[in-house]
Amino acid sequence: MNSTNKPRKTPQETQAIVERSLSRRYWAERRFRLYGLAAVTAGMLFLVYLFFVIFSNGMGAFRQTQVRLPVYFDPAIIAPEGQRDIESLRAADYPALIRAALKAKFPEVEGRAATRELTRLISGSASFDLQQMVVGDPGIIGTTEEIWLLGSDAVDLMAKGRVERDVPEDQRPLSDTQMGYFDKLESEGALALKFNANFLTGGDSREPEKAGIWGAVVGSFYTLVLTLLLSFPIGVATAVYLEEFAVRNRWTDLIEVNINNLAAVPSIVFGLLGLAVFIGFFGLPRSAPLVGALVLTLLTLPTIIIASRAALKAVPPSIREAALGMGASKIQTVAHHVLPLAMPGMLTGTIIGMARALGESAPLLMIGMVAFIVDIPQGFTDAATALPVQVFLWSDSPERGFMEKTSGAIIVLLAFLVVMNTAAVILRKRFERRW
Amino acid sequence: MTRKILVSSLAAVVVGALATPALAQSARDSINVVGSSTVYPFTTTVAEQFGRGGKFKTPKVESTGTGGGIKLFCNGVGPQFPDVANASRRIKAAELASCAKNGVKDVVEVKVGYDGIVVAQSKAGVALALSRKDVFLALAKNVPDPANPSSLIPNPYTTWKDVNKSLPAVKIEVLGPPPTSGTRDSFVELYMEAGCRAYAWLDALRTQDEPRFKRACGTVREDGGYVEAGENDNLIVQKLTANKDAVGIFGYSFLEENLDKLKGALVDGVSPTYESVSSGKYPASRPLFIYVKKQHVGVIPGIAEFLAEYTSEKALGEEGYLADKGLVPPLKSEIGKIRDDAKNLKPLKL
Repeated sequence: MNSTNKPRKTPQETQAIVERSLSRRYWAERRFRLYGLAAVTAGMLFLVYLFFVIFSNGMGAFRQTQVRLPVYFDPAIIAPEGQRDIESLRAADYPALIRAALKAKFPEVEGRAATRELTRLISGSASFDLQQMVVGDPGIIGTTEEIWLLGSDAVDLMAKGRVERDVPEDQRPLSDTQMGYFDKLESEGALALKFNANFLTGGDSREPEKAGIWGAVVGSFYTLVLTLLLSFPIGVATAVYLEEFAVRNRWTDLIEVNINNLAAVPSIVFGLLGLAVFIGFFGLPRSAPLVGALVLTLLTLPTIIIASRAALKAVPPSIREAALGMGASKIQTVAHHVLPLAMPGMLTGTIIGMARALGESAPLLMIGMVAFIVDIPQGFTDAATALPVQVFLWSDSPERGFMEKTSGAIIVLLAFLVVMNTAAVILRKRFERRW
Repeated sequence: MTRKILVSSLAAVVVGALATPALAQSARDSINVVGSSTVYPFTTTVAEQFGRGGKFKTPKVESTGTGGGIKLFCNGVGPQFPDVANASRRIKAAELASCAKNGVKDVVEVKVGYDGIVVAQSKAGVALALSRKDVFLALAKNVPDPANPSSLIPNPYTTWKDVNKSLPAVKIEVLGPPPTSGTRDSFVELYMEAGCRAYAWLDALRTQDEPRFKRACGTVREDGGYVEAGENDNLIVQKLTANKDAVGIFGYSFLEENLDKLKGALVDGVSPTYESVSSGKYPASRPLFIYVKKQHVGVIPGIAEFLAEYTSEKALGEEGYLADKGLVPPLKSEIGKIRDDAKNLKPLKL
């Protein structure tokens, strides 16, 4: 009614109204874009800060201070009676070799206390490296070799400048006399930061300079392989059944609600379940990747099922209808046509689930995978830790040297996560079909 | 190709299902240790040295907390149960009884040294000289009314000066361990309850009505004066360096490692040093133990040798490698007996 009474606007008038509001509408759009941009920038800034802190702390972990000393493999110390069997070679007094080498370098040092200060420059685990050398090649006995020995963590902290030189003596890890030795070694080029291969290939240790990440990497590998073998087939089978075969009734609804619920259950709950069922009831060994994998399977299953169902739903019904129309049976339709088309989506979901499992530490806490384990695990039932657990353990250690090892371990963990997530993106890009 | 995927995934499920029961626990060839996170750094050091000796595998050490560790330890005899438990306090009679009920009959106690509980702050902060009574008054939930000391009132103090005129006017802000930690148990016992006993009527309560004494003296304030900073002592160290007014509570070894950033407060006039903790002069020092299941000796290889390594001069001596790690070793007068008891596996009687 109203419209008929209103005088009709001429196109010019409409044009004027639009032009008047135009700047306001542009401005609203610009503002909206700015909000979005600000949100992204803030997120990026936090990320950059996080990465900066982790990398500036953690890059040091990949380099370690080493001290070059001419070590004389004195037969009188290693094998006074000329014996060459492994057992007695192992038991020999290797710290004495290092003491002798240090004394040869600093002949002016005398007395028990002074010698002790001197030997503290070298890591306590350096003698085990000498032991390995001798056991590996007994022919070395009686010769003198220039060897780069691991410096102690105190020397490492000073060399990397983590502790200021000018703080009073009693607050520094090295005393003034030790600083004298340190400076002499450095000026002779016998003290240098070298690439720390041991950090990538060694097992855990209580000495920060000797600690390595490989044991945790292998533990994570065993756990994840088993998790994948268990959760992928079960997850995909569940998704296919629920999506393609199951009748929709109250029971399948109930199952669906439960799966969605499980995806949101805190991970520590799965750890408690694992402790009670797998260790308590089935009597599986504590700290084993097998139990870790069973727990992480429970944790990743909901993620995989939900992603797989979404991938199946995205396959257009026309494909199914065409296959059925050509005379394929239901199982042939699913196996030959629907599943291959849904596979990229399912794999992406699985990799994201695996990445989450790689970063989990809470459930492993309950089943004893938070432990000090030096030996590299050899199988699914050996005691093992995992990467995030190693980060947790090192961050809790009193020795200052572990600070950079913690960040170093985070860098390794991040590298694995980046590789996995990139794989997920590439898989999706390569195989995804759009309709 | 699709069929292959299906078949192989089915096979994997079957293999997984079959493999599970076949892996029931058989005999073990390495020692399992559980227990206190305070003793963990020391036991792991011994474990590593022991393993590098080459004769035995490196023992596995889990950090579960004292209470949780003793519970696992006492669950039974057999390869699926741990052989050694670390403890930052002595085993309780009730725990020993539950051990015995589960068939763990002979438990060997080895005292491995001492740990001091220190009150520390940033080097930039105003130095504190506290008595344990000050600590109690500053941190208890309820304190004796200054006007009428025989009744308890909710803690009214907000600065250290309110507690004791000689202390600086700095806000009370203490970062300490949560109740699940063994360090917290020791803190309550060594500081709160000790400080509480400065009041005669509360001290009398200890013998008359112990639960009430524990409640009155051991309850920590929840109004922000005491912040539970988690089990991670390194985190407390970081927070202390960032806030010069805050005070932290943790084990002596963390103070020793961070002497360039932190200083320990005087407690009853004694500063926390290696010497004062080991001689017992520092009022807040506690003994650390490991407990060994005698029934496992000879069954799991290496337990006797592990104990010998732990109590050797090389490890536990005044110049041993554990002292380097921040452990305050037992006194010279004690060590002979500790070594003998460990060698003879003398069972503990409470």
